[in-house]
Amino acid sequence: MLELHDGPLHVEEIINRWYIDIRYKNFGAFIPFIGIVRDEKGIDGLSFDIYEPILEAWFEAWQKKAEQEGAMLLMAHSKGDVPNHTSSYISAVLSPQRKVGLRLINDFVEDFKASAPIWKYDLIDGERVYAKNRSMPLSGAGLLST
Amino acid sequence: MARIEFLGPIGKEPVEVDIKNLKELKEIFAQDEKLKEWLGICAVALNDTLVKSLDVAVKPSDKISLLPPVCGG
Repeated sequence: MLELHDGPLHVEEIINRWYIDIRYKNFGAFIPFIGIVRDEKGIDGLSFDIYEPILEAWFEAWQKKAEQEGAMLLMAHSKGDVPNHTSSYISAVLSPQRKVGLRLINDFVEDFKASAPIWKYDLIDGERVYAKNRSMPLSGAGLLST
Repeated sequence: MARIEFLGPIGKEPVEVDIKNLKELKEIFAQDEKLKEWLGICAVALNDTLVKSLDVAVKPSDKISLLPPVCGG
């Protein structure tokens, strides 16, 4: 399941709801990863743009991979502004056993960073500044360059 | 006319172009000074699927998206 929220994530509500939803599905492990926006380099927070059609297709492909191992993925992400010390990203794996889940959460988050069509901006003095130096080109980038 | 969308930080309004393939789009964009800084780092999607070759036919109803480097989370 993929959910997108305007502004910072209500982490307690999301995690609690997910836990209540999945506790009777007989998974042995529920492994969440929660990102927290750090106060660093003078930023007031982060801001995000998302291209939803490709994000949804990317997530569905990962869900199929997880299902082949008897696991399931959950993910929540923010759109727009997210202040310091709040959260913009939660992902979680549900799996029959711990080892499969720990491997999947690592692989999933790594590929999320490399492939999910989400653009990050630093919030500095009320301006959105594209985090170009921290961003990764998608596979096939440069196709139209001369 | 195919519709071209410039996603995320590119900050350019969508345009419509009369092209038959991505090679023709590359030739059109080569004359756009504002796009120069983006073309080398952008991926390209045709109807929301990333493409890796210029030898791709484009129909008038198609949507082409330029996707700059990403950083979710």
